[in-house]
Amino acid sequence: MNREWLLNAALLAGLVVVPGWAVWADEPFTIMLATRAVIFALAAAGLNIALGLGGLVSLGHAVFFGIGGYAMGVLASHAQNYTPLYDGVFTIQGTKSMPVIWLAAAVTSGLAAWLIGVLSLRTSGAYFIMITLAFGQMAYFFAISWPAYGGEDGLSIYVRNGFPGLNTLDPIQFYGLCLAWLCLVLWGYARLRRSPFGLALDSARQVPDRVRAVGLDPRRLQLVALVLSGAVTGLAGALFADLNRFVSPSMLSWQMSGEIIVFVIIGGVARLFGPVAGAVFYVMMEHWLGGISDYWQIFLGLVLLAVVLFGRGGLIGMICGKGRPDA
Amino acid sequence: MSPILLAEQILNGLQSGVMLFLMAAGLTLIFGVMGLINLAHGSLYMVGAFAAAAVAGATGSFLLALIAALAAAAAAGAMVELLVIRRLYARDHLDQVLATFALILIFSEGTRWLFGSFPLYLDIPPWLAGTVMLPGGIEYAAYRLALIGAGLAVAAGLWWMNARTRLGIQIRAGENDREMIAALGVDISKLYTLVFAIGAALAGLAGALVGPIQSVQIGMGEPVLILAFVVIVIGGIGSVRGALVGGLLVGLTDTLGRLLLPELFKLVTDASGAATIGSAFASMAIYILMAGVLIWKPTGLFGARA
Repeated sequence: MNREWLLNAALLAGLVVVPGWAVWADEPFTIMLATRAVIFALAAAGLNIALGLGGLVSLGHAVFFGIGGYAMGVLASHAQNYTPLYDGVFTIQGTKSMPVIWLAAAVTSGLAAWLIGVLSLRTSGAYFIMITLAFGQMAYFFAISWPAYGGEDGLSIYVRNGFPGLNTLDPIQFYGLCLAWLCLVLWGYARLRRSPFGLALDSARQVPDRVRAVGLDPRRLQLVALVLSGAVTGLAGALFADLNRFVSPSMLSWQMSGEIIVFVIIGGVARLFGPVAGAVFYVMMEHWLGGISDYWQIFLGLVLLAVVLFGRGGLIGMICGKGRPDA
Repeated sequence: MSPILLAEQILNGLQSGVMLFLMAAGLTLIFGVMGLINLAHGSLYMVGAFAAAAVAGATGSFLLALIAALAAAAAAGAMVELLVIRRLYARDHLDQVLATFALILIFSEGTRWLFGSFPLYLDIPPWLAGTVMLPGGIEYAAYRLALIGAGLAVAAGLWWMNARTRLGIQIRAGENDREMIAALGVDISKLYTLVFAIGAALAGLAGALVGPIQSVQIGMGEPVLILAFVVIVIGGIGSVRGALVGGLLVGLTDTLGRLLLPELFKLVTDASGAATIGSAFASMAIYILMAGVLIWKPTGLFGARA
């Protein structure tokens, strides 16, 4: 029952109590902000698998976030226009059903992560950072220049997709779905961290040579971590697109990649609730500082600098007093 | 497609290639000597362009604008190095990425606060306006030709500095063994500040030179920064020669891809379809080039270490 455990419990309680209060006080905007924070936390929890456990500094996670978003956009736009997605030997129809969209988002972004991983894991360190950033930019420019799904203007979906038994148009019900996904992924992360795979991955980050010596391939472990990570971030992308009922190339931009990595680091790398703390903090800063000044990103930049230079281990590390949970 | 059009596009490719070289050379020098990955390099490019546009607007002199761009970018680089960057050398790449990402936010919003959100314009100086007739009947913009010349001159200057001057010896020694040259009495922190300021000045120069053919605006630096990363991955981290070869390869692949890929797709599909598919794939051409180099040589064409 240490300090980090209490902090995590408080964060989780906040994610239940604040939107609950917002329903009682009839503040749908607060629910929208909370949904945004939870979806960002989910995207960052995906990155935390690659970055925290695997030590892979990916600056291209917007690719997976955006592919998830476009998976939703493409499927739902075909469904709302009553046109088949593929009509050849067999026919694939679009869909407005969230579970199908989630599956499509996770599978396509996982595949993209596999492809990018196979190429970029041939290198490490600074090369890996630059290459993931470059592949992110490639996806961004492709989305801009490919006119079929809106190109630069993006793609609007008129009605939020459905989930059996729920009214997803009700903000609190959609929030509940997103929070359920976040809890599920965090539970999975905690399990993964203690599983044989997680331990091997952690060792591959610290001493790849010894991992190789016991007969495991560090690169394969990292590739699996990247695919899992990409699939989770892609799922978050599909939820984000559903929240806004809109998907555009900006979901694939390098700024998005930067923001996802900022959530993880501000909260605390490799902490179970690091992505949650980071995303909640970011959304609150965006909301409050954005209300004070148009140039709020200057303050965000200064806070980030202070966290990197003086507060190692992010918010959770500062409160619990350690750089990394395993340090 | 006429051979003259092709020749013009090759020159355009060279022009964008040498400008990418200016960006990549500074980045690769900073990485080679200090082991620092600097995302804020694109901000220094923007600082150079804005300083040039402001001074050109006030004085009307393009040469003064270039000098201002070099001075402003070098000063901004030195200041950032003294305040922030030098605390990051001993940190891992993750901390460097986050801190320099924070610097991008501060530089971009700070510039927006100073200059407003609207793009500025920088005019081509009158003595470089118009076109020149090249052998073979190619009519080409004088300013773009001057950019190619300026870029190649900087490349030669960097080579001379690296191979023939005392500073070059210190830089090469710093790349190999920083403890050793510190032990030999070289003030390593002064050297680091100097190298960072040189890299920043190169980025500022590139921004100012490109200013007249693009608009000078917030966020202009980051797309160029990412292209410069592609150049470095292709050329090899830490190699100035690799930055030149990589820059020219990327510049040529990008321009020729935009010209030739739509033509290529015309062979298999109708004209309008070929134009859209071709342009979509042309926007990916340099990244496919990068992937190819990675498969063939994971540390780049001239890179030694990963």
